[in-house]
Amino acid sequence: MTIAEKILAKASGKKEVNPGEIVIAKVDVAMSHENGRMVKKAFEKIGIKKVWDPEKIVIIFDHRIPAESEKTANLHKEMREFVREQGIVNFFDINTGICHQVLAEKGFSRPGIVLIGTDSHTTTAGAFGAFSTGVGATDMAGVWATGEIWLRVPSTIKIVINGKLPPGVSAKDVILYIIGQKGIDGADYRSVEFHGETVREMSIASRMVLSNLSMEMGAKVAFVPPDEKTLEYVKARTRYPYEVVLPDEDAEYEDVWEFDVSNLSPQIACPHTVDNVKPIEEVEGIEVHQAVIGSCTNGRLEDLRVAAEILKGRKVHKNTRLLVIPASWEIYKQAMKEGILEVLIDAGAVILNPGCGPCVGAHEGILGKGEVAISSTNRNFRGRMGSPESLIYLGSPATVAASAVEGKITDPRKYLGGK
Amino acid sequence: MEKIRGRVWKFGDKIDTDVIYPGRYLKITDPEETAKHCFETVYPWFMEKAKPGDIIVAGKFFGCGSSREQAATCLKYFGIGAIVAESFARIYYRNAINLGLPIVVCPGITRHVEEGDIIEIDMEKGVIKNERTGEEITFTPLPDFVLDIFRKGGLIPYLREKLVDKTP
Repeated sequence: MTIAEKILAKASGKKEVNPGEIVIAKVDVAMSHENGRMVKKAFEKIGIKKVWDPEKIVIIFDHRIPAESEKTANLHKEMREFVREQGIVNFFDINTGICHQVLAEKGFSRPGIVLIGTDSHTTTAGAFGAFSTGVGATDMAGVWATGEIWLRVPSTIKIVINGKLPPGVSAKDVILYIIGQKGIDGADYRSVEFHGETVREMSIASRMVLSNLSMEMGAKVAFVPPDEKTLEYVKARTRYPYEVVLPDEDAEYEDVWEFDVSNLSPQIACPHTVDNVKPIEEVEGIEVHQAVIGSCTNGRLEDLRVAAEILKGRKVHKNTRLLVIPASWEIYKQAMKEGILEVLIDAGAVILNPGCGPCVGAHEGILGKGEVAISSTNRNFRGRMGSPESLIYLGSPATVAASAVEGKITDPRKYLGGK
Repeated sequence: MEKIRGRVWKFGDKIDTDVIYPGRYLKITDPEETAKHCFETVYPWFMEKAKPGDIIVAGKFFGCGSSREQAATCLKYFGIGAIVAESFARIYYRNAINLGLPIVVCPGITRHVEEGDIIEIDMEKGVIKNERTGEEITFTPLPDFVLDIFRKGGLIPYLREKLVDKTP
């Protein structure tokens, strides 16, 4: 069996499951952010008083923090009261970070578990070997009531990535390239497993980029098979049980996709879909008004480090503004210790508090009519970050930083010892 | 389940959740209120021209993007009769089922139906009839387990019946 099949078999009390079969799986972690309020409303309609297991529910505020409106303020207030009433101890208020990053840092993302979240990028925890997927609020209300969820067992695509990444090229470029090749629905409903030497060499943060953005090709879950790096990270952070689940030697895959990334260029997803991907050579020179480094996709320490490397001693272009949003306060603090924030501030960046920031277009850094953004975030849909007449280009943090310096989309390799 | 009959509005491929329901309205959770903002940013004509009971026919991967349930809630409370698409993004598909918003995966549908056509959908048998052409297009009905959630009107009434009403 594949990783997805093995975890679902275990979670549904079966010896074996097959793709296409519907199972009722026990949930180990149930995560919601601000939309926990919608879950709460649906949960109350069921007519049950108490959630199934307050220890397994995690609430993390990240989408609109601090509250940008009275509506959100009231919503936050209502949820704070709810977590108190229900005894939900794993509640993280506006001073923690983006949910997918916090799930990892606080030891909830771990091998072999079923993690359900009311956020599409819940696939991120697949980087730790969790069966981790996004659902809507009503689905989650069912989980809060029963601790279970119905899931169709997905078939699995094995993605094998080999080759040493060139300087200035990162996990973001790799996954954008794959999405560009396979399309926005290339992995629809499927589980994907990332194998190959490039993935094994990647840091935990980079692996999270692969799993996170797999959602943008429709994947239900996106695993990196756990190894010693995974366990080192998880052991240091979790107090909950986990079990390393690896695919069987004779696991049956629906398809195998192989990529050699040793000559890959930085990749850019052009407006208005994430699969409209072009190598940087075809996009260079487009003027940008806003550059964004952050989000659950690319707001981690290694992302801020590469940005600082490029921006050290340089200035953000006068026609461009650079927003930097560390993905969590843990990252923020570490970036402060390493002097990264100082470098970025000296270069002219605006450092925002950890959270979703402008990525979701609800808060902080909305785009105006006709404005162009280069962003390390995950979606470039029309109007997502503000005006329907704005344009969003997605790239790696290095590409965003280099573009911020030059005021136009720029190949970061020349700043990083590459081509 | 009764057959669903209505007038068709056609959409293309990859209609994402930001287009269906803009991020700036995520703070709205009242379902009736979400229904005032369907497709507002990109297809403002929808709120003026579409009527309750109308049916959306779309291309591939309808509802891709965020898990925001409002993207399904808004259309449900607007009164959309059903959404028929070549394919759906998985979270949207689940959200629609859970809310009891009729949803049909019908590969090839966009070739058989034009905007303004009146169609009739039989969810149980898996047949769509186009009244203009007389054509009958078949699709695979939802799995029984899912259809059952649907017959009860969505996941909440389904669970209420299972967990609360049946408790002595």
